Amino acid sequence: MQEFLTTIVLLLSSTLRLSVPLVLCGLAGLFSERSGVWDIGLEGKMLFAAFAAAAAAYQFDSAWIGLVFAILVAVLLSLVHGFASVTHQGNQIISGVAINFISSGLTVLLAVGWFALGGRTPQLQPAARFPTVVLPFAEEMRSVPVVGAIYADLISGYNILVYVAFAAVPVTWWVFHHTRFGLRLRAVGENPAAVDTAGISVDWLRYRALLCGAILCGIAGAYLSVAQSAGFVREMSAGKGYMALAALIFAKWRPVPVLFACLLFGFLEALSIRFQAFDFGLGPALSTQIVQSLPYVLTVVLLAGFMGRAIPPKAGGIPYTKER
Amino acid sequence: MPSFLNIRQIVDFAILPLMNVAVALLISGLVVLFVGQNPLEAVGYLVSGALGSGEGIGFTLYFATSFMFTGLAVAVASHAGLFTIGAEGQAYLGGLGIALVCLALDKFVPWYVTLVPAAAAGMLFGAAWAFIPAYLQARRGSHLVITTIMFNFIASSVMIYVLVNLIKEPGSMAPQTRLFDAGGLVPKLGEILPVNIGTAPLNVSLFIAIMAAIFVWVLIWKTKLGFEIRATGANPAAARNAGISYVKITIVCMLISGALAGLAGVNILMGDLGKLQLDFPAGIGLVGVAVALMGRGHPVGIAVASVLFGVLYQGGAEISFWMPNVTRELIMLIQGLVILFAGALSLMFRSSVYSLVDLFRFSKREA
Repeated sequence: MQEFLTTIVLLLSSTLRLSVPLVLCGLAGLFSERSGVWDIGLEGKMLFAAFAAAAAAYQFDSAWIGLVFAILVAVLLSLVHGFASVTHQGNQIISGVAINFISSGLTVLLAVGWFALGGRTPQLQPAARFPTVVLPFAEEMRSVPVVGAIYADLISGYNILVYVAFAAVPVTWWVFHHTRFGLRLRAVGENPAAVDTAGISVDWLRYRALLCGAILCGIAGAYLSVAQSAGFVREMSAGKGYMALAALIFAKWRPVPVLFACLLFGFLEALSIRFQAFDFGLGPALSTQIVQSLPYVLTVVLLAGFMGRAIPPKAGGIPYTKER
Repeated sequence: MPSFLNIRQIVDFAILPLMNVAVALLISGLVVLFVGQNPLEAVGYLVSGALGSGEGIGFTLYFATSFMFTGLAVAVASHAGLFTIGAEGQAYLGGLGIALVCLALDKFVPWYVTLVPAAAAGMLFGAAWAFIPAYLQARRGSHLVITTIMFNFIASSVMIYVLVNLIKEPGSMAPQTRLFDAGGLVPKLGEILPVNIGTAPLNVSLFIAIMAAIFVWVLIWKTKLGFEIRATGANPAAARNAGISYVKITIVCMLISGALAGLAGVNILMGDLGKLQLDFPAGIGLVGVAVALMGRGHPVGIAVASVLFGVLYQGGAEISFWMPNVTRELIMLIQGLVILFAGALSLMFRSSVYSLVDLFRFSKREA
């Protein structure tokens, strides 16, 4: 019983850790896509932010300065995206693809140019990383059966960014549904002409949505390189931005379901890591590959409308041209 | 005013792409400067490495061959207004089809007998991998960009499973098939033509790529199907009202696109590697997007853009060899910038160049 509980707690806490970048990126995508701007560039923004975080944290020996630089870089890339696809009404998808390429190339180029470690940044000292937060009474509670283990190992004991990520979900929900900005943001993704008629700048609103997303992407990047690992490694985002995109669609572009979709995908990843070779009657190798591709397959099935309909924001992907 | 139209065409097909590349190279040069290296030295290695020797040119054209297949694949879809990122996965699966035929036949027949069924299998597998996203886009309105991205990931999982568990060479640790025998290898150009390209893997696939480009030109501009494709791309609603089936055009276009991407494996597997191995496409599908954008969907433009990217790939390798602090990833950056300027920001330069041209025109008339 005790062993079973430990396994479950470990599996779930690893799920939480793996979900963090997905949740942050998923919410980032939510902001921009609900405002009508497709954001394929999540992957690239997170990757570049991860590099900026590691480089700055190493240079200044501070995780917080790393975080600031991560957010700055993500904001810059978002501005490029906005400049191309909002101001110049370029194709949003092409712009996003370009950002992913630029990030993949530039991070390694800069890492090698500055640190000459084959695309890595130097190993960060503990002081330059986000420390583990131990919630009050975690150790004292440990002796309490079941609840103690859950409190000490599943709820307590992560770095601050994990808590930030999960707090971002209700905050996002509140912003979307209880603020004027949120109402307008949702409106501009459905019917920008109506928002424009009301005298609100469509472009500025979309830029603000992109900036909110950029901040979240920046945090996600810092989480990868300064909290979860101790430095930047080339291509360390490893498709998580695309998976967050999948989670966003899976959640039908709504804040709270984004959390659950990301937890589901994180859980699948945790499963495939914990049980490297696991088996449900199809042979171990096949089962592993099925679990690893399940998020993508599920998303395609959902998009196909076989599991409820995922209807994107109506004005998504269409640059807004003011009537002349 | 036909002469005026021509000026705008020249701007669209020559001046703008050149400007895009120039800006992309300029920014990349600044980055090289920023990491403390000499950009002019890098340009020197780029040009001499890619074009300075027969071997360099051979490598450049070898890379260009692959990019032509994926670039044409992306372009065919784009004429129907479809944006696909799936060429990577389709090329990967196409490689499986090619490898299966090669493994079955290579011990018994010469290469020119293997080539036809192998290419057909590559096209079939590539087209099949494009079919589901195409069907979902046409029938259920699922976003093609997203489904093709997902299918690239799924392709990678499928191929890991197939390579590791089904067709790996027994006893080998690496996830790859056995080496093809002579019957599964197409000749290098250096072996059949009086050209000196050293060890470069440039092979007869180059001619297949040129044929594919001619095929695409005929298809898009000289056939009824091509007219329907362009009509759908220009205005889907009007095309539908004119009796053109959106479902048919979408699916047919994506099948052709997948088949073209699937052919890339002939160049890489039968022309160079001589085996199927993990992740052999290594990004050619994404380069295809850049090539198609830069070539503006026209086969001639795609051929030119492919050679340009071939120069970048081969020259980039040369740069990183001579300047260890400038990595191959420089080409990723240049690619990204080309996609940004030629794709997303194409309208920015266009309007300013147009107005510059107009200025010329008016001042001429006044004179």
